Amino acid sequence: MTTSIGLVYDQIRPDERMLIDAAKREQVDLKLYDTNTTPFPVTGFPNRFEITNVILQRCISYFRGLHVTATLESSGVLVVNSFEALSTAGNKLLASIRLANSGIPTPKTFLAFTEESAIQALDKLGYPAVIKPVVGSWGRLVTLLKDQEMAKSIIESREYLHPIQQVYYLQEKIDRPGRDIRAFVIGDHVVAAMYRYATDSEWRTNAALGGRVENCPVTPEIEEFSVRAAKSMGGGAFGVDLMESKNGLVVHEVNHTTEFKATVKATGIDIPGLLIKYAVGMTRR
Amino acid sequence: MSSEKCPDCEALVSVPDDAVNGEIVSCPDCGLDLEIALAGQERTVKPVVLEKEDWGE
Ligand SMILES: Nc1ncnc2c1ncn2[C@@H]1O[C@H](COP(=O)(O)OP(=O)(O)OP(=O)(O)O)[C@@H](O)[C@H]1O
Ligand SMILES: [Zn+2]
Repeated sequence: MTTSIGLVYDQIRPDERMLIDAAKREQVDLKLYDTNTTPFPVTGFPNRFEITNVILQRCISYFRGLHVTATLESSGVLVVNSFEALSTAGNKLLASIRLANSGIPTPKTFLAFTEESAIQALDKLGYPAVIKPVVGSWGRLVTLLKDQEMAKSIIESREYLHPIQQVYYLQEKIDRPGRDIRAFVIGDHVVAAMYRYATDSEWRTNAALGGRVENCPVTPEIEEFSVRAAKSMGGGAFGVDLMESKNGLVVHEVNHTTEFKATVKATGIDIPGLLIKYAVGMTRR
Repeated sequence: MSSEKCPDCEALVSVPDDAVNGEIVSCPDCGLDLEIALAGQERTVKPVVLEKEDWGE
């Protein structure tokens, strides 16, 4: 009998196309659920909603993914990633707390809500420091604060944005080479890792910002920190970001609905195939 | 697999047989993101501004 799993999405990008093609190769029946055209019953309609028991959730919109995952889990569906993983990894502050509690090296971080307290925090962290939105990706609004003057003007500009941008997540700037490491974890293993290089005009390394990528050999330390980081979020499939600091590796972020197109290109590893197999494995639990 | 012309550079962009309405493909030549629109037997590709995350970041 062929196994059926589901893919919940808001847009089929090349990444999701790779999942569709991998499922075909693995002879897995992949059912597609488009969140633009599917209503999801929450209460009052038991047993009226036909959906597979295991779902790969791939929404680009974090909030869409979060809400659809909660709804699917409430009807007994296993979702990759779980609501717990998504809500924790999707918030940089909650993620930092989990990483630190699990004994994983991670940059020193402060939380502040006003310009006044942010400046105090930055005095403790020292300049340059980094300010990041607690929710968001592709490196957007991740800003290097070179000195107090710049910190004040950046924080003032955030006062005109959405209230979530007034939750100031402030972090020491790690002195690292012009690259960081993205390790792709599925279940208990790092399946692939790549270096992401910053372009000359940009200190951030995000592939979405045009940075170059290259295969990175998976050292025992990368394996250990990344798998532990993934477990600390509740387990599943993650893109763990690490930096090479003077004192060794630090984990600065755990991505939950990770794009893998660039990693596949850099490493040659069939990440979509492995994700499909992982989801199939969950149907047998 | 069929192909359509990139509206920008006219390169051939391949469209999977099981393409989904709204699916995003990138032009192999100019890298432009294109959205596949399916209407009956018609398949067209048009440039798309990818909606990224919420909260207007
Ligand atoms: N504390 C830090 N010190 C030095 N560089 C940092 C620090 N935190 C983040 N960076 C760099 O900034 C860039 C973006 O950071 P981060 O990954 O936290 O943002 P993001 O928006 O979540 O991006 P993504 O989810 O795509 O990785 C990365 O290149 C990372 O190497
Ligand atoms: Zn083109």
